[in-house]
Amino acid sequence: MSFWRDPIIFIIEWAKGLLAGIGWGPGWATIVGFVIGAFVLATGAMFFVVFLIWYERKLIGRLQDRFGPNRLGPWGLFQPIADMLKIFTKELITPSGVDWIAYNLAPILSVAAVLMMWAVTPFSKTFFGVNISVGILFLIAVGGLGEVGIILAGWGSNNKYALVGALRAVAQLCSYEVPFVISALVPVMLTGSMSLVDIVEAQNPWYILVAPAAALVFFIASVAETGRAPFDLAEAESEIVAGYNVEYSGLKFGMFFVGEFLHAFTASFIFVTVFLGGWRGPGADQIPVLGLVYFMIKTFIVYFALILFRGTNPRFRIDQMMDLNWKVLTPLSLVVIMVIALVDRLFASSADWLRTVILLAANLVILVVAERLIRRGVKTTRPEVGSRERPVASPDNLFIQPGSGAKG
Amino acid sequence: MSGLQIVFLIVAVVTLFSGVMVVASRKMMHSALWLILTLLGVAILFATLQAGFFAIVQVLVYIGAISILIIFTLMLTRRVMDDEHPQVIKGWWLPAVMAVILFGLIAGFLATWEDFQVMLNELPADAENLAAFGSALVNPAGYVIPFEVASVLLLAALVGAIYIAVERKEKTR
Repeated sequence: MSFWRDPIIFIIEWAKGLLAGIGWGPGWATIVGFVIGAFVLATGAMFFVVFLIWYERKLIGRLQDRFGPNRLGPWGLFQPIADMLKIFTKELITPSGVDWIAYNLAPILSVAAVLMMWAVTPFSKTFFGVNISVGILFLIAVGGLGEVGIILAGWGSNNKYALVGALRAVAQLCSYEVPFVISALVPVMLTGSMSLVDIVEAQNPWYILVAPAAALVFFIASVAETGRAPFDLAEAESEIVAGYNVEYSGLKFGMFFVGEFLHAFTASFIFVTVFLGGWRGPGADQIPVLGLVYFMIKTFIVYFALILFRGTNPRFRIDQMMDLNWKVLTPLSLVVIMVIALVDRLFASSADWLRTVILLAANLVILVVAERLIRRGVKTTRPEVGSRERPVASPDNLFIQPGSGAKG
Repeated sequence: MSGLQIVFLIVAVVTLFSGVMVVASRKMMHSALWLILTLLGVAILFATLQAGFFAIVQVLVYIGAISILIIFTLMLTRRVMDDEHPQVIKGWWLPAVMAVILFGLIAGFLATWEDFQVMLNELPADAENLAAFGSALVNPAGYVIPFEVASVLLLAALVGAIYIAVERKEKTR
């Protein structure tokens, strides 16, 4: 196996050889490998967030007709690093009356729950933490641990706003778990396995082409699970100050911040894994590192969509949020899973392409009918506000942005 | 003593201790949090027995759903969270004696079981057959009746919850 084909596995094998050379048995070498792998993956993810924050701020800036960070480094790339250093130096204030263990455990749990999802995701054909047979269930179970983190933060802070924020967050997360789980069952059913590795291997074609209705429900539910706009009722600034993390400062607040960004990114790569074929692409079978590249490209496309979602939608009211879940997404996902199970069984003996086409057609019919049923209740169409043509601040030179102080 | 036994002992001690703390801690919220630790300990025990599916389902159902619901109800009834009542009732010794006798009986019966001393067998990697488990649940020769009865029970609970929660028109007038 050459280095350029699969650098990560190459390095792992090399390190195992090194450990065997100094007389360590294969059992210990595996344990050490897992510990180092977990450490590298977790630390790498945390540093990756620095880039994600820049990416998101820049994009949100463009959406809101601003430049976003543009002072430090090229395109403001070093701005999050400065922010990170600043947050390291801030004082950690512990308010009086907090529940010490709950208050300090919450930020750790909220980041750890997200990082645990990285353990089971296949990033390429050969590169994944573990291949457990119940991968998808693991993702959902770990999401439940994140909810515990939010509850601990809300209750442990001894603050009314924090408590209300935690209540809202947990009500939302618990509710959206229902369509999330049901729509995640569709790929499980099509694959016949709950392991994420198997699900990616079986995607030929991608499941978004087989079951677009399930993919839509899964995407909306996973946006809701990340708790960002338009589902950010848990931290509605205008209503409850900042939600469950209002009493946190310094690095502890930073942990929640990192957890949120990481969760959004993680949600997008889980969507990629389950519905967009994961690392699959031309040549990824032979050259695994190419799979990692495809995986990242797909993930950033989905993440881009997630940020567009966040930047363009106003916040839901709590009743709208619950209505969307219980009156639209849950029935839709139930119908989708029943129809797919039926169609898949009826056409089990016919050719693969025929079955795929029929499944796709059935899904599209479900989507059209659902759209009609939802539209039925809407009586008036809202008038359009403003003009369609808006002035846009576009930089003349991409490399030198106005206001950055550089001579252009 | 193998590594697995050490893990088992640590997990067992933590699980039992947090189980005691569920009933011994002063604040209801702390009890709920200790309960989560107890359930997590049970999940780890499942994992050490190579029953990955049950470990995950334990976390998913008991921590992700039931504990969250318990905490949720605690949050909605804030008054009960810091009440200072005496923690033992009158005649607490009677249940204590009963519990000790019951424990002694169970332990005694288990000790007479011939496989009591058998060490943990390492299972092959593909021993956990989820497909067989799934079809056993819906197989008439398997467990379809308990499975369906449980479904009906849950449905009844659901209907009951909706009946309690629904806003009746005649009452609001």
